[in-house]
Amino acid sequence: MAYDHFVIQRDINFEVRRGEIFIVMGGSGCGKSTLLRHLIGLKSPAGGRVFFDDKDLWALPARERDTMLLKMGILYQSGALWSSMTLAENIALPLTAHTRLKPAEIGDLVALKLSLVGLAGFGDYYPEEISGGMQKRAALARALALDPEILFFDEPSAGLDPISARRLDELILHLSESLGCTAIIVTHDLASILEIGGNSIFLDAESKTIVARGPPLWLRDHAEHPTVRDFLKRGQPLDASQSSNRP
Amino acid sequence: MSAPSLEIVQESPTGITLRLAGDWRSGGATPGVEQVVNWLETAPLCRRIGFDCRHLTRWDSLFLTFLTRLIRHCADRGITIHDASLPEGVRGLLALASAVPERQDAMRELQSGGLLLTWGRHTLRFIRDFAGLAEFTGETCLAFGRLLLGRARMRAGDLFALIQECGPNALPIISLIALLVGMILAFVGAVQLKLFGAQIYIADLVGLGMAREMGAMMTAILMAGRTGAAFAAELGSMTVNGEIDALRTTGFSPMEFLVLPRILALFLTIPFLCLYADVVGIFGGALVASGLFDISFSEYLVQIQNRLRPIDFEVGIFKCAVFGILVAVAGCMRGLQCQRNATAVGLATTSAVVTGIVFIVISDAVMTLIITALNVFKR
Repeated sequence: MAYDHFVIQRDINFEVRRGEIFIVMGGSGCGKSTLLRHLIGLKSPAGGRVFFDDKDLWALPARERDTMLLKMGILYQSGALWSSMTLAENIALPLTAHTRLKPAEIGDLVALKLSLVGLAGFGDYYPEEISGGMQKRAALARALALDPEILFFDEPSAGLDPISARRLDELILHLSESLGCTAIIVTHDLASILEIGGNSIFLDAESKTIVARGPPLWLRDHAEHPTVRDFLKRGQPLDASQSSNRP
Repeated sequence: MSAPSLEIVQESPTGITLRLAGDWRSGGATPGVEQVVNWLETAPLCRRIGFDCRHLTRWDSLFLTFLTRLIRHCADRGITIHDASLPEGVRGLLALASAVPERQDAMRELQSGGLLLTWGRHTLRFIRDFAGLAEFTGETCLAFGRLLLGRARMRAGDLFALIQECGPNALPIISLIALLVGMILAFVGAVQLKLFGAQIYIADLVGLGMAREMGAMMTAILMAGRTGAAFAAELGSMTVNGEIDALRTTGFSPMEFLVLPRILALFLTIPFLCLYADVVGIFGGALVASGLFDISFSEYLVQIQNRLRPIDFEVGIFKCAVFGILVAVAGCMRGLQCQRNATAVGLATTSAVVTGIVFIVISDAVMTLIITALNVFKR
């Protein structure tokens, strides 16, 4: 993974199993979001391959790659809802473009997706008219529009208060279980990582590679790499010597 | 892929079971809920619906919409749904979908459109627009007042960069358009003047036309399309990104920090652009006169020298300075009025150009009337 000659990460090798919630974690600037862009077909890696159902995503002709990308649903960090469209239009657009459903069926599906994320009745609203948390959920509804096999989340809890973030985590968990789809979550939100992560990798900015892998809860107690240990134990109270300066 | 199928089995006078089988995904001809609804019409005693999904191979959201429509219909008729036999994932999603009830108060009322209502809305929008313009003009005047008192906060570096952008960077397009306008004026006029053997008056026509009106007008319209639009797009994007809010909360007035330097930059540069356009236009006329109508370059210049007076240029330059302020005001106003979405930036840009041109035409008419009334060009 590199921008021109600047290498961000190297020797990245991992496998995600169908149906699991997989976390890509690491500190700020370690290349998590760049890795995500490689996985979702937005940026070709400087070297290496990305396999999806045993097919190399970046070796496929552009058209086939586009078709493959339809099996993925992506929730971007900012939601990235199309601001000139209502929530219903945002969700309906991929359905109109990539299915042969009738308008009435698309309307039913849009209503279903909105109700799945707790936004029933808000279809006529524009993104700017609803809160940040609602925008995230609406963006999730759009990501679910085509019943994807894999859901990608880029910092899903970024910009949300703890309660909204927790609700979004629960939603991701429920949807993943009910739909049976795989979820790959790029985040550094510790609460989310420990609460919903089934498996994970930890990218390190200093050594520029994966320094730990495994279930987050297991890593919290058994990781040997000091950065991983510090990262996953961030939620614990500071010891007396560190906290003595606080008022 | 087995075809999706639906079979209604009557278990008792009050209960039925829906046997759902095959692949119930988008793309296949899945049975509609109407089939069950129609059947229920013929069985008024039915009070319970169960499912048999043993042969249901695959499903997706379309299957869920079938079930949600059925559940809604049954709820209206007091029929109980027994969903224990549905796949676990389906039950989970149905529970999720019904966890938060539909917010009736969130629903939008459809806006019907009678003629009177449409006129009313347009009138209100016009009034809002006018009030916005008045407010912006007032704020601009206050900001200029603070500038004169030395209290306005703006960066000199921004002003110089904007002067460079509004002035020297606009010269190539001004040159091209002014040259062509001068040539067109000369050609159109000369064809008529030649009928009377009065081709020499091409110089008068082009000189007076460019100096008094066309130089100023063409420069201002070009600047509305080029610079006014750029102001609107830049300030609109800043509004969308929250940069304007950040300025306000950091204690900077957007009027002083963003609008003043833009108005000043255009006001200071546009008179020079106008004078330059006048000269280039007159030169364009000379090219046509000497090339097509047997008037020598020196004859043309002598005629220009005899006919044109400084006041002709001064009037044009004065008008253009006013146009410059109006173009900058239109661009900045539309940029700051921009809504917080990507489409709004495009609309703000378009609106800045249209508003700028409307301002130019209206102010030109007013100034022409005043200039005529004052008899400024009297010899």
